[in-house]
Amino acid sequence: MNSRIRHIASNTFREAVRDRVLYNLVAFALLLVGAAILVGQISIDIEHLVVINLGLTAVSLFGMVIAIFVGIGLVSKEIEKKTLYTVLSRPVRRWEFIVGKFFGLAGTLVVNTFFMAIGVFAALLYVSHHLHAPDAWVLIAVYFIVLQFLMITALALLFSSFSSPLLSAVFAFSLFVIGTFAEDLRGFAALTSGMARWVATGLAYLIPNFSALNIIGSVAHGQPVPGHLILYNSIYALFYAAMALSGAVLIFEHRNLK
Amino acid sequence: MRAIEILGLEKTYSVGFWRKRPKRALHPLHLNVEEGEIFGFLGPNGAGKTTTLKMLMGLVFPSGGSARILGMDVNDPRVKAQVGFLPEQPYFYDYLTARELLEYYGQLSGMPANGLGAKIEAMLARVGLPDAANTQLRKFSKGMLQRVGIAQAILHEPKVVFLDEPMSGLDPMGRREVRDLIEQLKKEGKTVFFSTHILSDAEALCDRVAVINLGQLRGIGVVADLTSKMHAKVELIWQGTSMPPAIAALGADWHTSGDTVRAILGDDKQDAALEILRRERLRLVSLIPVRATLEDYFLEKLESTEAPVEVTA
Repeated sequence: MNSRIRHIASNTFREAVRDRVLYNLVAFALLLVGAAILVGQISIDIEHLVVINLGLTAVSLFGMVIAIFVGIGLVSKEIEKKTLYTVLSRPVRRWEFIVGKFFGLAGTLVVNTFFMAIGVFAALLYVSHHLHAPDAWVLIAVYFIVLQFLMITALALLFSSFSSPLLSAVFAFSLFVIGTFAEDLRGFAALTSGMARWVATGLAYLIPNFSALNIIGSVAHGQPVPGHLILYNSIYALFYAAMALSGAVLIFEHRNLK
Repeated sequence: MRAIEILGLEKTYSVGFWRKRPKRALHPLHLNVEEGEIFGFLGPNGAGKTTTLKMLMGLVFPSGGSARILGMDVNDPRVKAQVGFLPEQPYFYDYLTARELLEYYGQLSGMPANGLGAKIEAMLARVGLPDAANTQLRKFSKGMLQRVGIAQAILHEPKVVFLDEPMSGLDPMGRREVRDLIEQLKKEGKTVFFSTHILSDAEALCDRVAVINLGQLRGIGVVADLTSKMHAKVELIWQGTSMPPAIAALGADWHTSGDTVRAILGDDKQDAALEILRRERLRLVSLIPVRATLEDYFLEKLESTEAPVEVTA
């Protein structure tokens, strides 16, 4: 990574930290541990399953909210407040700015997720008193959640590069919701025929497939995650994020900063 | 070598939501600034000053023409390392302290980490903020932000400095300090291109100025040359309580104060006015030639309907 991208990324990370976004996760982790105690008392035999389901879903949702609401402001806020002018008047290329912003927010989300995952494991330890070998799959589920964050961050940046924060939030959140049901859309496409099939299949592959990256249910039941799924999902998510980021760069490269 | 060459730079925006129509923000502009010059870019709000500066900084893409800084195209990344820029009404990352902000900009400008801290300390002292290094910018006043803005523009020792309304938001002391700073930059051999509508600053500082209005260049040159070309005037003061109609008819601007009358009129009307005073038996107190100011030139150019100035390379 070149030094300018690194400096922009670290400044983005610093902004998020000072915006007190990270402080929320401490509260979240505490809440999670507290909820685990409650769950342990009301669910007999399935407390382990409930903690993984509850914990990872919360990690995913909480991170998505941060990714969308911080991501949509990454470019538009800099334009609105004119802070971008003094950055781009230096030897910083526009693509470096976008990529630096992406890595800054991605870094913030990774740190967030790391601490929240510790919270999940602490809750698991509390209800089960010790960790089992299948609990290691929870780490893969967390990794997939991080991949989802990378995709939604890139999408939020893409929308942020050409539209207002409000519209960007609507687009990104809609895509998140639709992407959660991407497998259903693919199933629907397979049932149609003719032109409708082409359109539905095209749409199904265009929207981010978050459902393929959601393995919370299976790891909660202690099912192993096949190696090829880890590989394919990694390639898919990184490719999708790279494409969205390229789109953001392409638009931003030609944008007049009035 | 010329520091800045603007070669027919122009900008047209599309305005309107449904039916887009073109709006010309800048007509083709030709302008050269020599190395080591302090160049004032004058014009009222909406004249096209900021649009020009943004195009030079690569923030806005021109609809036509091109520009070069230090002989290189403005979009050449090597140019950016030689350029400092203070935007109009700057707003900086307010979660950073002044030191962190300058450190960030220094890093982006490619300054070596070794010695950067000492340069930042020296720069903060130079712009009058030695005690604010560790204060977050959200606690800064408008004047302090302007100072930190100037600091970030010159921290990496650029050869050409662009300042968009650098005196804006400053008190008289602050304005004086910024003026001294700009003069200091000139002594260091830097080229300063600044836009302003505070004409006294431009008159005191600039080697040359350009006046722009409604996106068109209305005049350019050395301040003394521009003002000397203006129609000369004289100020007449005499004892009296009213204005003789015959002098008023000469087109004089006048006002009375106690038992004296003060009138300003063209020097070609001077003899006629003196003759009237003699005839009316009014006692002349003084007759002084009035030097045209940059403000007079500026106002004349704004009101002028003559064709825009053509400057070719």
